[in-house]
Amino acid sequence: MTLLPLYYGLLALLVIGVAWWTLVARETMAAVIGFIAYGMLLGLVWAGIASVDVALTEAAIGGGVTGVLLLRAAARLRPTEPAPHEKPGLVFRVLVGIFCAIVTIGLAVVVLFPTDPAPSLAIAAAEHLPALELGNPVTAVLIAYRALDTMLEKVVLLLALIGVWSLGPDRNWGGLPGRAPAVVTDSALTFLAKLLPPIGIVFGVYLLWTSADNPGGAFQGGTVLAAMWILAMMAGLRAPPAIGSRALRLLLLSGTITFIVVGFAGFLIAGGFLSYPAAFPKALILLIEIPMTLTIAVTLGLLVSGPAERDKTS
Amino acid sequence: MNAATLFGLCGAVLVGLGLYGIIVHHEPIRKILAFNLLGGGVFVLFGIIARRGAAAGFGGDPVPQALVITGIVVAFSASAVAVTLVMRLFEVNEAARREARSGHSAEDAG
Repeated sequence: MTLLPLYYGLLALLVIGVAWWTLVARETMAAVIGFIAYGMLLGLVWAGIASVDVALTEAAIGGGVTGVLLLRAAARLRPTEPAPHEKPGLVFRVLVGIFCAIVTIGLAVVVLFPTDPAPSLAIAAAEHLPALELGNPVTAVLIAYRALDTMLEKVVLLLALIGVWSLGPDRNWGGLPGRAPAVVTDSALTFLAKLLPPIGIVFGVYLLWTSADNPGGAFQGGTVLAAMWILAMMAGLRAPPAIGSRALRLLLLSGTITFIVVGFAGFLIAGGFLSYPAAFPKALILLIEIPMTLTIAVTLGLLVSGPAERDKTS
Repeated sequence: MNAATLFGLCGAVLVGLGLYGIIVHHEPIRKILAFNLLGGGVFVLFGIIARRGAAAGFGGDPVPQALVITGIVVAFSASAVAVTLVMRLFEVNEAARREARSGHSAEDAG
């Protein structure tokens, strides 16, 4: 236990160091790789403040999926990356530095002199856990107490995907997202894309299942599933689906639709929108979570893949 | 200094760094990167609030934690749209530049 403060101190320094590197790296590619490391380290920070659910999300989405998205962009913009040009002047940078330092100091003061006692809804959240047949309070907040937020977030994901799709050229509408990957059948990527998915799929499903009582959840599980899919698509083992496909669109909607149907059913069986009946809350929660996880996985995979850039035939 | 305060200060520094990057960087993709750095710092500050609210046998207040999980996903969605927008802008610019160049050479030949 005596080494723990040392570890935390080093971790904090490392996170700040990597963030700094991400800002000053000359090449965008290097900056993005720094950012992925930043996401992973931030995951450790979250584990250090006893938020393992968030740690999983940060590492998977904040570092992993966002990292892949930015890597793809950096790789494509790379050939034309302008030489380090017209850097803002020294005076401007110093002024901005002072401004940002003031913001940091303000936040640091808030951290150092917090309100006492700290506001908390932990007791209220714990109170109804047995009635929901759940043990993980974060899952309870996401799927029961604030289920409306989670439902609307599914809508945000869908809107973002529509936004991404809309940015493709008109002639490709309904076609395959992204450019065709250069298929090399004996690379390390192919090997990984064959080796990892069976393990990753089991782990993703486990994260969803265990989230009732342990850290995990639909987001984390869905992201792991999405990662396995993205891996197979990057290796060229699986072609991405045509965005005009009706089955795909149904899958994209299934999570939100189940949520809404269960929500309205709440009026009949439990007396309110998104209320769960006392007799079988767990069954309904699973009914929502399973399509939701699939929808998250598919949406994340397609958000990373980008707009349609190929014909259905190519 | 306990872990929560230490990481809280770390989060405050990350917010400052991210903000600096957003203002100073020139290329849009670097601005998006800095935006995500800033977001990470804000989320950590939220995490400190959650940690301080530890009660009822939990390591932290679950409500801010759930908010952060939602926030991370929404931040990713926003980044995906922004990145796609930047790439599209770049392609359109490239196409226009190429057209202008080939137009010039055609005139020269003619």
